[in-house]
Amino acid sequence: MAPVAPRSGDAIFANVERVNAELFTLTYGAIVRQLLTDLEEVEEVNKQLDQMGYNIGIRLIDEFLAKSNVSRCIDFKETAEVIAKKSHGDGFLEGVWSWIHPGFLRKQKRKKMEKRKIENESVGLKMFLGVTATVGNWNAEGTTCSLILEDNPLVDFVELPDTCQGLYYCNILSGVIRGALEMVSMKTEVTWIRDMLRGDDAFELQLKLLKQVPEEYPYKDDE
Amino acid sequence: MAAIYSLYVINKSGGLIFCKDYGSAGKMDTNDSLRLASLWHSMHAISQQLSPVNGCAGIELLQADTFDLHCFQSLTGTKFFVVCEPGALHMESLLKYIYELYTDYVLKNPFYEMEMPIRCELFDINLSQAVQKDRVALLGR
Repeated sequence: MAPVAPRSGDAIFANVERVNAELFTLTYGAIVRQLLTDLEEVEEVNKQLDQMGYNIGIRLIDEFLAKSNVSRCIDFKETAEVIAKKSHGDGFLEGVWSWIHPGFLRKQKRKKMEKRKIENESVGLKMFLGVTATVGNWNAEGTTCSLILEDNPLVDFVELPDTCQGLYYCNILSGVIRGALEMVSMKTEVTWIRDMLRGDDAFELQLKLLKQVPEEYPYKDDE
Repeated sequence: MAAIYSLYVINKSGGLIFCKDYGSAGKMDTNDSLRLASLWHSMHAISQQLSPVNGCAGIELLQADTFDLHCFQSLTGTKFFVVCEPGALHMESLLKYIYELYTDYVLKNPFYEMEMPIRCELFDINLSQAVQKDRVALLGR
């Protein structure tokens, strides 16, 4: 089978059906609002958003893989790039935005991580969210990095009230990335380091590789 | 539709989640289909381990006297394979396209449960269009 060149996030984003960004932003806002009403506890809402994102991520990753033609990433570093932007050109984010902006972005990021974690993430975020992220702050072992988002359509009209100070408004994104990467056999922990809604200058997600599950199959001879 | 005998989708643990026959050639009953699916899943895994090539991703093509079997496995472990006429063309791109249909019409269906048998009408409709012979030729581009 002849290898197919990976497609850039821009190209995929351009070819995919999109929804109006404000409709998306307002829909997401309504979901968060309803969760706050139903669950009352901010911590519970954070958890629920993460779970929702995870559920999106485990399905989204396949679309990312199917439409971006990315191949298996060699290591976590490559994966991060894929999610964020460089090697495949911001595809994942852009595409993701168009859909469920945050959710898709993360899934794509996750997918990319699997292949080439960093590069793939960028493509992923571009494809689904139409935004790009930069990857940085690697630790010495190459198991932890940050995705930095300067643009985030989810929070266009959002101001956090005093009563919701503990809320990670975009927590669905971390769930998406976690879910997507898990499907490509990378167990990760995704946490928010910086949040513009809390007065920081950017959105920063920390990805921590917990362990790489070696294969899809539970085949362990003689064990 | 003569070129393609049947299409199978196997989940990551080897369970048959989708199976469709086209035409009467090579038709099998449900038990045989299930057996073929789990057999293929195992052979695919064994081939990965036996392969002298580093990083082998498993069998992609099995050629027999009366049929060819083309297999595509996604990075998430889901396998798609078609049984077709010997020498049928463009099967790789067809499988790739079917993978896209699967992400669009199966995974995005909120009522589809992951790893469970696929019963999605939209997937069926789009699939049968894609599998028509002239469409397959178009996929070759």
